[in-house]
Amino acid sequence: MTAIQAVLPSLSPVMPELILAIGVLGLILYGAFRGERSVESVNVGALILLILAFFVVVSQSGAKITTLNGSFIVDNFSKVMKALILLGSAATILLSRDYFQRERIDRFEFPILIVLCTIGMMVMASANDLIALYLGLELQSLAAYVIAAFHRDNLKSTEAGLKYFVLGALSSGMLLYGSSLVYGFTGTVSFPGIVSALNDNAGIGIVLGIVFVAAGVAFKMSAVPFHMWTPDVYEGSPTPVTAFFASAPKMAAVAMTVRVFIGAFPDVTSIWQQIIVFVAIASMTLGSFAAIGQRSIKRLMAYSSIGNVGYALIGLAAASEEGIRGVVIYMIIYLAMTLGAFAVLLSLRRGGQMYETVDDLSGLSRTHPVLAFCLAAMMFSLAGIPPLAGFFGKFYVFAAAIKADLVGLAVIGVVTSVVGAFYYLRLVKVMYFDEPQAPYETMAPGLRIVLGLSSAVVVLFFLVPSPLVSAAGAAAKSLF
Amino acid sequence: MFGLGILSGLLIVPLCGAAFILSLGDESESVKRNARWAALATTIVTFLLSLVAWGRFDPSTSSFQLVETHGWLAETIKFKLGVDGFSMPLILLTTFLMPFCIGASWLSVNTRVKEYFVAFLVLETTMIGVFQALDLVLFYLFFEAGLIPMFLIIGIWGGKRRIYASFKFFLYTLLGSVLMLLAIMAMYWHAGTTDIPTLLHTRFPVGMQYWLWLAFFASFAVKMPMWPVHTWLPDAHVEAPTAGSVILAGILLKMGGYGFIRISLPMFPDASAYFAPFVFALSVIAIIFTSLIALMQTDIKKLIAYSSVAHMGFVTLGLFTLNEQGIQGALFLMISHGIVSGALFLCVGVVYDRMHTREIAAYGGLVKRMPLYAAAMMVFTMANVGLPGTSGFVGEFLAMMGAFKANPTVAFFSVFGIILSAGYALWLYARVIYGKLEKPNLQGILDLDLREKIIIAPLVALTIYYGVHPAPILDTFAPSTEALMQSMKTALSNTQTAAVIPPVAR
Repeated sequence: MTAIQAVLPSLSPVMPELILAIGVLGLILYGAFRGERSVESVNVGALILLILAFFVVVSQSGAKITTLNGSFIVDNFSKVMKALILLGSAATILLSRDYFQRERIDRFEFPILIVLCTIGMMVMASANDLIALYLGLELQSLAAYVIAAFHRDNLKSTEAGLKYFVLGALSSGMLLYGSSLVYGFTGTVSFPGIVSALNDNAGIGIVLGIVFVAAGVAFKMSAVPFHMWTPDVYEGSPTPVTAFFASAPKMAAVAMTVRVFIGAFPDVTSIWQQIIVFVAIASMTLGSFAAIGQRSIKRLMAYSSIGNVGYALIGLAAASEEGIRGVVIYMIIYLAMTLGAFAVLLSLRRGGQMYETVDDLSGLSRTHPVLAFCLAAMMFSLAGIPPLAGFFGKFYVFAAAIKADLVGLAVIGVVTSVVGAFYYLRLVKVMYFDEPQAPYETMAPGLRIVLGLSSAVVVLFFLVPSPLVSAAGAAAKSLF
Repeated sequence: MFGLGILSGLLIVPLCGAAFILSLGDESESVKRNARWAALATTIVTFLLSLVAWGRFDPSTSSFQLVETHGWLAETIKFKLGVDGFSMPLILLTTFLMPFCIGASWLSVNTRVKEYFVAFLVLETTMIGVFQALDLVLFYLFFEAGLIPMFLIIGIWGGKRRIYASFKFFLYTLLGSVLMLLAIMAMYWHAGTTDIPTLLHTRFPVGMQYWLWLAFFASFAVKMPMWPVHTWLPDAHVEAPTAGSVILAGILLKMGGYGFIRISLPMFPDASAYFAPFVFALSVIAIIFTSLIALMQTDIKKLIAYSSVAHMGFVTLGLFTLNEQGIQGALFLMISHGIVSGALFLCVGVVYDRMHTREIAAYGGLVKRMPLYAAAMMVFTMANVGLPGTSGFVGEFLAMMGAFKANPTVAFFSVFGIILSAGYALWLYARVIYGKLEKPNLQGILDLDLREKIIIAPLVALTIYYGVHPAPILDTFAPSTEALMQSMKTALSNTQTAAVIPPVAR
């Protein structure tokens, strides 16, 4: 027994991932044997797995534990980010049921791919060396490429999958190349090892390595200048898949970015800070200006997500505990806003057809007052208007930037947020000021649950902000 | 109750009313009627509650009263409410004007009645919150949150160009405010708190004060609005429904002035003294330039909107004289303008409801058919001009007196504003009320009905009462003003000695 314990690494920190991995294998077998009749039960099974993993994650202690030869770390940061990832994935399954049934592409592979993708994302959030990071990233990406093309008879969906795959492979290559440079110049792949090897004397090789790693992670976060795939993939993918891309993988990508830069390169901040500042400014600016002309809500949300990543990166640019706390709070609130907005988008169905342009929202406040109210709350929140939750997300990242003397970055940030407010307001204007159209069909129960929960977070956050703020504070503290 | 004080009650009551109205059924006649009565009852209860708060308020001290603190964002950012001599009258003004707004919308708003009153009640909460907040983040929260209901009010129930006006209103004010948010954060990191009473005694380095002052100025100047960032106001006023205009002119514009007196002057005394000539210049330009523009208007509401900008010029002028008369005058003018301009917009609403036009040229000779209306309008016009015996006179006179003390040249130029205001206001009155009743569609116009009499009579009474007996308001302001003058004097003299001492100390 003791011999086994000596050989086997401690498995309790990876319990959530193990639950998902073993469970998903069971679901694959079940699905394969039962065929198409199993869709409903596989979906329910996947949902149960995700919820179970969620509770295991939140019940883990926040103390810092590494396992699997130090390549896997569990701390408060990974705890919060994994909880967000699991919530995003579970919400995606809820959002997808009705859509896939009606579009007649209801297959049992979808929930399985979502769970596999989730395992990858959780590994990304917990990676403590470059190999684990890459493994998690690839598991996540490969599942994501497939679900982007899940509507396989639809030209746009297959195009989205292919585009995502080709560009994603390129970015993975860049990340891998950067990792190999870092490994070559430090002699180790483990983050703590890199920290002690670097020890303030970063050569040109490390700089190059960091640049390539940054390019790779920027692609995954869809940050400018590696955002080009985002609008096309968001538009082409089936809408629940778009909702997924905008939520859970975003959390994982940001978690991974924070892990790499704060975990592996904390002493060479001056090298990567300028990269992050540039990426943040470029993302915020492009996100707010390019969204103005969009007619399709999915494309608009794509640019909105680019802009939002820019705001979250302001916190990372500050490279301080306050900054990371800001990032975590921002991501919590961003998850609620995005899922809520997509829940509304998915309920715009009339006569067997989905409606996806801004004009289709016309007069929604007359025909569906509750739906319009929720979407308006999401939009005002995305624009950062208090007392809605989005304001607090922005508040914490900007406050961290001011403390870190990044006043220029903060000023550009608030100005672009005013530009962004213009297009968020346009949606409110269309819903509230324009003439109504024929009403849409009633919402599916899954959509109601997601919309209700996310609206509650967005609207009521200001009443009891302290639990989420202190959770984010603990998460940030565990990294420093 | 529930550990909450009376000030929280003032925030919660309108929200409860809004929640009740939301819970009513769909758009039927009985629901509309219930929504109206519920909104009226809520605003009256809120007003009575604010009177109770006033009863508990001790006007002889400058300290914050009825303070309540609840945990909120972090240990240092709290949900802290309180009132002092500056904020109490403004809260009373807010709660006092709200029932009139509801009354003014009784019949003129007939579509989406429920949502309309919900928006107004939420707006009331945010406005009261601005004047009560004793934490900068909380202040900002209420300051900005008011944009959402006002955006909807202008955009849904507004006139022809409502969408343009609502976007302009929202984005203009938002752009001004976000810079203030950054300044609040900078203050937080410097002082370690956003607690207003603590910050009032925090001395910021002079160099930092300039930047902070400018950032807050960007926000308050837009809200005020000061020339040259006033252009959103005429659009918003013209397109907003009557009650929206009343709230805009009566309360929202006062937030800028309140911000100056609550934050800019006491927290950045050196910067305020440094930038005072700059504010004087903008104020004098606003007074003369916008009065001239007002002379050219063909739309009644636009004329009153420009006159509001001119009057706000007197307020900023008075505030930055940095002497007691000037500040007292500016504060009084804020209250008086809140009543008078609100009343003027209500009067415009009365004829607009009948004729559905705001063109000055469409009216004339109304005195023949509407003698009561003509009399009421006369009182408000005179108060707008600043005739002695009306509330408008007291504030303008004190502000001018302060300006003479601070800078006679500025005072000299600002006097022209009074002459010009007499010009446009009397000309407006003459064209609308006097003359021959020639227009055929005016022949059957009716005088004020009972509802309108009830709305307008108290405003007439207050305008004259405070013109003759301004002491109640001035006395409430006085202790806070004196305390402010005292702290500014110490701060400024400290800076001067600090500027002299270093060479000696070396």
